[in-house]
Order: sequence, then structure tokens, then C-alpha cells
Amino acid sequence: MQSKRLEERANTWSPGFWAAFGGCGAVLVLGVPILNLLVPPNSAAAIPDYLVPLLGKYVCYALLALSLDLIWGYAGILSLGHGAFFALGGYCMGMYLMRQIGARGVYGNPLLPDFMVFLDWKELPWFWWGFDHFAWAAAMIVLVPGLLALVFGWLAFRSRVTGVYLSIITQAMTYALMLAFFRNDMGFGGNNGMTDYKDILGWDVHQPSTRLGLYLASVAALGLGYLVCRFITSSKLGRVLLALRDAESRVRFLGYSVTHAKLLVFTVSAVLAGIAGALYVPQVGIINPSEFSPGNSIEIAIWVSVGGRGTLSGAIVGAVLVNLAKTWLTGVAAETWLFVLGGLFVLTTLVFPHGIIGLFRQARSARPRRAAPVAAAEEQA
Amino acid sequence: MVLMLLAAALPARGQEFATFLAALRADSFADKEQAVAALGKLGDGRAVAVLTALKDGRLLKAPDGRVIISQPPNLIDPMTGEVVPDLTADALDRVHINNRLRGAIEGALGELTLFSADPAARLAAARDAVRHPSVDGAVLLEKAIAAEKEADIRAAMQQSLSAARLLSGSKQEKLAAARALGTTTDPQIKNLLDQFRAASESDPELRQAADAALASIKHRLWLVGLLANLFQGVSLGSVLLLAAIGLAITFGVMGVINMAHGEMIMLGAYAAYVCQQVFRAFLPVGWINGYLAAALPVAFLCAGAVGVALERTVIRRLYGRPLETLLATWGVSLILQQTVRSIFGSPNREVANPSWMTGGFDLIGGFTVTWNRVCIIFFCLTVLAALALLLNRTSLGLQMRAVTQNRPMASVMGIRTARIDALTFGLGSGIAGMAGVALSQIGNVSPNLGTIYIVDSFLVVVFGGVGNLLGTFVGALFLGIVNKFLEPVAGAVLGKIVVLVTIILFIQRRPRGLFAPKGRSAEAEA
Repeated sequence: MQSKRLEERANTWSPGFWAAFGGCGAVLVLGVPILNLLVPPNSAAAIPDYLVPLLGKYVCYALLALSLDLIWGYAGILSLGHGAFFALGGYCMGMYLMRQIGARGVYGNPLLPDFMVFLDWKELPWFWWGFDHFAWAAAMIVLVPGLLALVFGWLAFRSRVTGVYLSIITQAMTYALMLAFFRNDMGFGGNNGMTDYKDILGWDVHQPSTRLGLYLASVAALGLGYLVCRFITSSKLGRVLLALRDAESRVRFLGYSVTHAKLLVFTVSAVLAGIAGALYVPQVGIINPSEFSPGNSIEIAIWVSVGGRGTLSGAIVGAVLVNLAKTWLTGVAAETWLFVLGGLFVLTTLVFPHGIIGLFRQARSARPRRAAPVAAAEEQA
Repeated sequence: MVLMLLAAALPARGQEFATFLAALRADSFADKEQAVAALGKLGDGRAVAVLTALKDGRLLKAPDGRVIISQPPNLIDPMTGEVVPDLTADALDRVHINNRLRGAIEGALGELTLFSADPAARLAAARDAVRHPSVDGAVLLEKAIAAEKEADIRAAMQQSLSAARLLSGSKQEKLAAARALGTTTDPQIKNLLDQFRAASESDPELRQAADAALASIKHRLWLVGLLANLFQGVSLGSVLLLAAIGLAITFGVMGVINMAHGEMIMLGAYAAYVCQQVFRAFLPVGWINGYLAAALPVAFLCAGAVGVALERTVIRRLYGRPLETLLATWGVSLILQQTVRSIFGSPNREVANPSWMTGGFDLIGGFTVTWNRVCIIFFCLTVLAALALLLNRTSLGLQMRAVTQNRPMASVMGIRTARIDALTFGLGSGIAGMAGVALSQIGNVSPNLGTIYIVDSFLVVVFGGVGNLLGTFVGALFLGIVNKFLEPVAGAVLGKIVVLVTIILFIQRRPRGLFAPKGRSAEAEA
């Protein structure tokens, strides 16, 4: 048993893995700038400037999907409110970006953002203090979703709210937040949210070079997030998570603290989602309360399920593929998108419960190979 | 008595009317103004037509000394109201007016509508009189009260009279008026009493009367607010209950998380819309009020059929995997929404209330109970009772309960469990469809109708305790009433947020709801 664990751990961080990870990273980190900057714009392979933020958006979605997969795929916690953590991270970044506008807003008020001038507010509310500084905003991006997840998770896991009940109360949480952020007097721009950003860290957000930088930052965050998730899932904690996913009471009886394990992984996941949201906002140029809508959160689950839940790469693949299809279909035939999305929900649950990665593994394990048992074991888990 | 008085007054009044009418022929505007004011005070319904005609420049002078109203193509004698055959409008002079006179006419008309033949106009005038109480107004109101036969209009007039006396009557009258006004909830009268209290600071007796009246009004306003909140809360609760009953079966009894439940409601609402259109297009006009009778079974069957199909194709394969069921049915809900959007278009469709459901009645000053809300409350109770009967008193209900409590044992006893599953799911969906018909009566019908109710319905079921109709009932009413009582304090949105947060916290305390299953069925579920 022990030797198998060691072997598996060696497998997790094997040179083969690093090669694959490095290869994918290099394609994303080098490929896009090269195709964007060096290839002549009229060639077929070139990536035009307007596509860069779109790619960055997909990368943020991938990180978001990864964060959900960490808790759903490995710990069996289906959060239908993960969009809330994403949006909170986004709002923190949005607040920083609003402060960077300074006196360049429509009303030219050096002290207050436009929407506060519009509401006839006289001074900055206390929760906006500090957002002039990037360091503060960055801390908040991690702390706000993290703390919310910690408190919410502590309440929920301590009283053993599991399964569907947990899904429904997370949905109620994001719904309540959506209603709250729609209110004008919350001080977050109400309905319209926050938009019309100018600078980030002194660079103009509309410049192609800034956008390329944001894209690269997103890729870096995704890579780090992936490593963190891989570290967690291959550690002892990961084993406990898998076990409690499949038989929670048994794990509890064996003496493990289920509550703490869940709480830790839920909080990490919320922080990852918050970072994804923070990187997303400057690239799309707006954050508004509709990001909190329960529908958005449920959609994240479908990205994970299409890619294959319980596999980290699956979450990434699923998020990118589904969103590519969404972008393409809403452009070509907007009416059909909901049919396709709805069909994906039904198909992946009924026919492909292991998603795309599951299909690959099946195909691979059908052929006799030395690595097959490990893949099968992982799939079973 | 009133009639006798009227009979005695009539001849003398007829005389005066003729005199003032003739005075309108005068050349001086001042004389005419006096005549107009006198006509206004007279309280004679015929004067309305005369003054209106005068204002519009349709009052003519006949050579024989009469005054004639021109009402093309006829000429009318205001004394008798009959057509004058022997004159033509072109041959006659108009009675001229100026701006000052026009003002006087409008004032007189306002007072005169107290005597109009139209009860609605009289009521409006009586209510309007509260706004500008005066000594003259009081005299006129006394006259109008004496002539009025309808009790509620007389009450309105009495109120205006009290308001007028409050400002200008004798001390005894003022005291009586203040007492009388304590029984109202009109904010205008409250202002009036406030003014009165300020003005009678020197007289302790008057001030006391004013204070008592104000306190009584405050108490009544509080009572009205309480009743209004309670009614609206019960109404919202019944809507929530209707939306959640179907879910109490599919989720509560079967344990299936059906995210497409809201879409079953939406399908029911569209069934009501289609029935309405069919009735409008193909049946006699008078039948339109009956379309609801057709819509209920149609909605039940449509939504039920979709439910059975959904169970047979999707949900059956996912029993025991609640999270997967949740995602798959969410997908189905997206497909259903988009299908309806493609067929009917995304704008809201209007479903009209049948005439017997429109309007309402005034329960207590200023608080109207609308019929459609009352109907929904009763409909909802009926559905709940019928469902409880079905589950507890029929063999189908017995089989449903048997299958949900212990599937293998039920199967051994010869119950066709697969068929019961489909039927149970169809029943839950069908009830959701009927809920849709009810909801179409109080709101718009749009493809998004279901998404509005889905989160709320789940919360109701979870809050009340899964698998428990009584819990669903109590949960829905409780949430509805709490929501409506929070609204005035915290605002609609904040109130809703407070309710959501409360439920989230509540579920932490009692993860299995208000009425958690006990004993054997609890073990079976765990």
C-alpha cells in the first residue's frame, strides 16, 4: 500500500508531467504573443489584437472551472454559488480600477467615482478606503472571497449540510448577493456596476500591450492554480477528500476532521475563483451584479462536467471548449445556444459522466499499456 | 322623512332655478357671476348642464326670455330638459363669459356635482370636498346629505362635512367633528386635524378632542397597515405555496431535484394564454370568462405529460445521483425556455383576468382586497387539500408513499414501482402547471417566469422539511408573511435578502427543515 502511494506520488510530479505542463505553458505563454506580435497581421495564423482579451477571458474561466473542480470533483461539494466568489474578486479589482480613473470621469470629480457623484454622495464610503493602492486591492481580492467562504463553509460544514442542500444554500447565497449588489445604495454602482476603466498599475487598459500582459498574467495564475490544485489533490489531504466524497461518515468515524478538510479546500477554491474574477474584470472592462446570477454559477458546473470532473485538466479543457462554442454559436445563431447548452447538461450527465477526459482515458485503457492501471484507478476514484 | 322634505322643497326650488337662469341673461358680468354662484348653491342637478354649456359657450338667449342649451343638432330647454323644436341656433345670441366668470363657473360646478345623477361623480365630489373645506361648502354638503340615498356616498359627504365644520363650525360642532373624524384613515384628514390642533392650542377641550382623534387615526392606520401586510403576506405565501406544492412531491416525496420545475409552471401559464386565445378566436364573446375552466385541465395535462416524458427519458437514469439530476434538469429547463421563446417570442404575453376576478372590495379605509388574490388563496388551499386526500386516502397515494419509503419492499408487494415513479413525477409537474395558470392571473407570462420562482420554491420546500406537505404549507405562509412584514421596514430587496440569509442560517441549525422526518421514514431516507 505504502509503496503504491509513493509510486503514485512520484508519478504526480514525474518528469513526464513537468514536460507536459511546461509544453502546454510554453504554447500559451509564447504562442499567443508570437502570433499576435511577430506574425504579419494579414496572415491566417495571426491573432488579432481584439482576440487577446477574449483568450484571456477563457483562461480566467478555466481557472474558475479549476476552482470548482477542486471541490466538486475531489470533495463532492457542488457549489452552485461559485460565481459569487468570482464576482467578489472582480468587484475588488473593479474598485481599484475605478479609483485609478481619478478626475478623468464624466463628472471630473477627483474624490468620487462617477456613480457616487450621480447619487449625490459627498464622501467615499469606508469600505472604499485603501482601494487606491494596488497592494490593498490585491489583498482584498484574496481576503474577501476567502473570508466569505470560510464563514459560510464553517457554518455549513459544521452542521453537516451536504449534497443537494449545500448546493441549494450556495445558490441562495449568490442570489442574495446579486440582489444586494443590484441596490444603488450598496455603494458598488448598482445595476450598472463599474466600467469605463482607464489604467491598471499605470498602464492604459485599452492598449494592446497591456491586454497582452493581462493575458499572460492570467495564464500564470492558471498555471499556479493548477499546481496548487495538483499539490492538494495528490497530498494526504487529497486522499481524505476523495474518501469523504465517497463515504463521508466512514471518514468521520475513522477520526479525520471532515469539517476542517472541507473548509480548507472550500476556502482555497473560493480564493482561486476570486483571483480568476479579478483578472477577468480588466480584460472585459466591466463588472456588474449579473455576474452573481445563479445561472452563471450553474454554468461553471457544466464546463467542469463537459471536460470531466475529478480531473484537473478536464476542468480547463471543458471551460475553454464550452466557451469557445458559446462565443461561436451566439455569433452565428444565437437562438440555438441555449438548446446546445441545455443538451450538454443532459448529455454529459446521462451519457458521458466522465466528460472528454474520461473518453480519452477509456480509449487509452482499452489498449493494453503499462500505465493503464494507474489511469483506471484514478478514474475510479 | 327625507322624501317629504324634498317634496316640500321642490316647488320653491323650481322657482329659484328659473329666476337665476333668467339672471344669466344679464349684460353685466358681475350680475352673471352672482347668478352662477346662486345656481351653484342651489343644489339643483339641472344647473350642471346649464353651467357646463355656459362654460363651453353653448348657452343661448332666446327672444322670448328663455335660456336655451345648444347641443348640436338639438336645442334643449334646461328647465324641462326637452328639445325645443321651433328655434334654430343661428338665430340666437350667445351668453358671453370672461375669465373671471369661468373661474366662478368651475367652482360652482365642483359643488354641484354633489347633486349629479351619476353616483360615481357624486362620490368623487364628496371626496373632493375634503380638500377645500369652507363655510359655504358645509351648507351645500348638508343639503347634499339630506338628498343622498346611497349610504357610502352619504358617509363620504358626512366626512367632508365634518372636515368643513372642524375649521369653521361652532365649538360644539368642532368637538363633534373631531370625534367623527377619528374613524377615518385619510392622510388628508390627518393633516387637517394636525392644523386644527395647532390652531386650537388655547382651548384645552378642543385640543384634547384633536389629540383623541389623531390617536384614533394613528391606531387605525396601524391596523390597516397590519391587515394589508397580513393579506399581502398570505397572498405571497399562497403564490409561493402553489409554486412549491409540485416541488414538494417531486423533490419532497421522490427526492428528485427538478430544476425544470419552474419551467413546468411556465408551461402552465402559457397553456392559460393559449386557451385564452382559442376562446377569443373561436367561441362566442360571452364565453371568454370561462377560459380558466379549460385552462386548468389543459395546463395540468400538458405539464404532466412533459413531466412524465422527462422522468422516462432523463430522471429515471439518474436515481440516486441527486447532483447529476440537478444539472440534467437544469439543462432541460434551458431547452424548455428556449423552445417556448422560439414559439411565442420573448416579450411578455398578457393573460387577462376573467371579469369575475377583476376589481376588489374596500375592506377598511384605504385598503383594497383584490379578487384575483383572494381566488388564488382559495385555489391554493383547494389544491393542497386535494393533494393531501390523494396521498393519504387513495390506493395510488398509498403506492406512492410505499415506493418512496421502501422501494424494494414495495416492489416485492407487487407495486409496479417504475410506473408509480412516472405517475408521481407527472402529478408534481401537473400541479406546477396549474400553479402556472394561477400565476398568469397576477403577473406577466414570459419564458423567464419559471426562473423567478425556482429559488423560492426550493427554499420553501427545504425550509418546511422535505417530504412533508404540512411543512411546505407552513413554510410558504411563513416566508410570505415575513417577507411582506419586512418590506416596509427594510425595503423590498433588502427584505428578501434578510429572508434568504435567515433561511441559510436556519438550514445550518436544522439541516432537515422545520418538520424533519422522524422514525422509520427518516432512516429510510438517510
